[in-house]
Amino acid sequence: MTDKVFTKEDWMGTLQRLQEAYRIFVPAKDGDFHSFKPLDEVTSPDFDYPNSRLSPKSTVYPQSERMFEYTLDKTDSEVNIMKESTKDYSPQAIVGLRPCDAHAFQIVKRNFDNPDYQDPWWVQHFESTTFVGLGCNTPCSTCFCTEVGGGPFDEEGLDILLFDIGKDYLARVLTEKGEAFLEKGAGGSVADNAALSHAGELVTSASQKIGSSVHTDKLKEKVINDLFDAPFWEDLAFACLNCGTCTYLCPTCWCFDIQDEVLEKEGDRIRNWDSCMFPLFTLHGSGHNPRDKAFQRVRQRFMHKLKYYVDKYNNGVQCSGCGRCIRYCPVNIDIRKVCNLMNSA
Amino acid sequence: MKNPYLPYPVQIDKIVTETEDRNLKTFRFVFPDPEDENRFAYTPGQFAELSVPGKGEIPIGIASSPTEKGFVTFTVNRVGLVTRHLHNMIEGDVMGIRGPLGNWYPWDEMEGRNVVIVGGGFAFTTLRSSIIYMLDPVNRPRFKDITVVYGARSPGMLLYKEELAAWEQRDDISMHITVDGTDDPDWKYNVGFVPTITEQKITSADNAIAIVCGPPIMIKFTQPVLENLGFSPEQIILSLEMRMKCGIGLCGRCNIGDQYVCKDGPVFSLAQLKEMPSEY
Repeated sequence: MTDKVFTKEDWMGTLQRLQEAYRIFVPAKDGDFHSFKPLDEVTSPDFDYPNSRLSPKSTVYPQSERMFEYTLDKTDSEVNIMKESTKDYSPQAIVGLRPCDAHAFQIVKRNFDNPDYQDPWWVQHFESTTFVGLGCNTPCSTCFCTEVGGGPFDEEGLDILLFDIGKDYLARVLTEKGEAFLEKGAGGSVADNAALSHAGELVTSASQKIGSSVHTDKLKEKVINDLFDAPFWEDLAFACLNCGTCTYLCPTCWCFDIQDEVLEKEGDRIRNWDSCMFPLFTLHGSGHNPRDKAFQRVRQRFMHKLKYYVDKYNNGVQCSGCGRCIRYCPVNIDIRKVCNLMNSA
Repeated sequence: MKNPYLPYPVQIDKIVTETEDRNLKTFRFVFPDPEDENRFAYTPGQFAELSVPGKGEIPIGIASSPTEKGFVTFTVNRVGLVTRHLHNMIEGDVMGIRGPLGNWYPWDEMEGRNVVIVGGGFAFTTLRSSIIYMLDPVNRPRFKDITVVYGARSPGMLLYKEELAAWEQRDDISMHITVDGTDDPDWKYNVGFVPTITEQKITSADNAIAIVCGPPIMIKFTQPVLENLGFSPEQIILSLEMRMKCGIGLCGRCNIGDQYVCKDGPVFSLAQLKEMPSEY
C-alpha cells in the first residue's frame, strides 16, 4: 500500500464521488463549534479544526437507538412480541476524525465486543464504518493523547491517516478497508519524497507540542479499595454540579439506559446514552441508592476510567486524551490532575 | 448475529399471591416454543430480565429449579413501574424473559459439604430454587446436611408456605422457620430475628458453606454470627441486588469496583466482597 497525495480540492472531489458508495461524515462548523455531519447535509466541510465539541461516537453508537418494536393491541396475534427494528448497515465513513477519537472507538470496542457478549448494533455499525483520520499538526493545550497511549498522528483504529502538508493531503492507507475506500474514490498521485518527509516532520513536531504531563504507570498496581478510600475524592468533587457534560462529550463513555416508549398501541424499546453523573443511574426500586452523593458519582467516573477499566482489560486507561471534559467542564475539573493524584496516591 | 437483548416470548401460566399484604406474587411462565425452554437452561442462583412490553425490564432471581420441567417461576415484589404493571397482568398474557443471566451459587464447591441456607423476607426466591434442586433425588446424595433458617416479619409474609410445611416433615433437611413476631397462638415454629435463630440453630462451620440472602440489615447482623461460628469469608456466599438494564455487563450501571453484579455476580463470597468497594 503506497501513500498517496491529493490536493485539497481534489480530495473534496474524491469525497463527493465516494458518496455513491458510502455515507460520509465530516467535521463542519456548527455555530461556534464543530460537529460531525453527513457530507450531503453540509455546505462546506471544515478540516481545519481543532476538534469537534461532541465526539463522533454517535456515528457508531447513536445517542438514541431503537432496539425493538412491538404492538400492545390485544386483537393482534403478535401482541407483546418484540421484533428487532431494521437498521441500515450500508458502508459509512468518518472522514477527518482525530486520532484520539479513533483510539476511543478501540477502547469502547473492548466493552461492546467481548468474548462473552457482542452488542449486535454497536458491532455491526462499527464494522460498516471506515475510519479516515486526520493527524493533528497543532494539538490543543488540553490535549494529552501521548500520555495515554496515543499521539497526534497515531494510527491505531484508523483505516487511513491523512497528513495536512499545506496545499495537499498525504493519505496513508493502513488497512484493506482503507485501500478499498481510496480505490473507489480514485484520484490522487503517488506521494513523492518531499511529501513523505514533510509528513514525518509533522509527526515529530506535533508530539512535542503536547505540554500536558499525565502519569498512569502506577495505576495498575494500586489496590482498588485503597484508591476508592483515598482522602481526596470529596475535595476534588466539591465543585461538581453533576451536569453530565463530561460523560456526554466523552468519546469513551458508553453507558446506556433502556426505556420503553408507547404511542397508542405501538411500542418501541429504545436505548439512550446515560450518565453515571445522575443519581437515577443507580437508584434502586426500594429507594436505596448506592451512589446517592455527588462525590460518589464523580469518584465512580474517574475510578471507572482510570482504575476499573485498567484492571479489567489490562490495556491502558479508558481515556484517549482528547481533553473535551477539561475544556467544557463548567467548574474546571481536570482529569489530568485527577489521574496524577490517583497515580501518586 | 445473536441478539442478547431479545427476550424469549413467554405466557403467564399461573399467578399465586404469596403474602398477606398482597405485594408478592409468584408468576409461572411457559415457553410457547419448547426450543426456547431448552435455550433457557439455568442453574440455581441465576436471574433473568422479565420484559413487560410498554413498561420495561426488571432483573428478578429465578425461583424455580432446573429440576422442575415445563415452566419457570419468579416471585416479584410490587415496587415500581414494571412490577406494578406485572402485578395487574393475568394468566394467559404474553410477555418476555431474557436470560438466564449472571453466575450461580458455587454448586461444585458445595458438593460433599454441609449446606446452611439463611434467608429473610422476599429474598428467599433463589434459595427456594436451591432447596428444590438439592432435594431432587438425583442431587440429594451430592450434599451432606442441609439446614435452612428462613424468617419473615410475620407468618403471613412467608413465601411458599405449603412447601415450607412439606419440608418441615422431611428428615433430609432441617428447617428453622421464624417470624419477627406474631399474635397467632397456634404458631408452631420459631419467633425471633434471623440472626438470633441462626445463632441458636447452627452449631458448626465444619465442612460447611452458608448462603445468605435477605435485606441488608439481616445480612449485617447475620455475618458476625456466622463468623463467630467459625465460618471464614470464603465459606459465606451472598447474592446482591443492583439497578440493572442490559444484564450482560455492557450498559455500565451495576458495577461494584471492576465487577458487574449482572455478569460477574450476583453471587459473591464474602471474601470477594471484602476486596470490593463497599458501594452497594
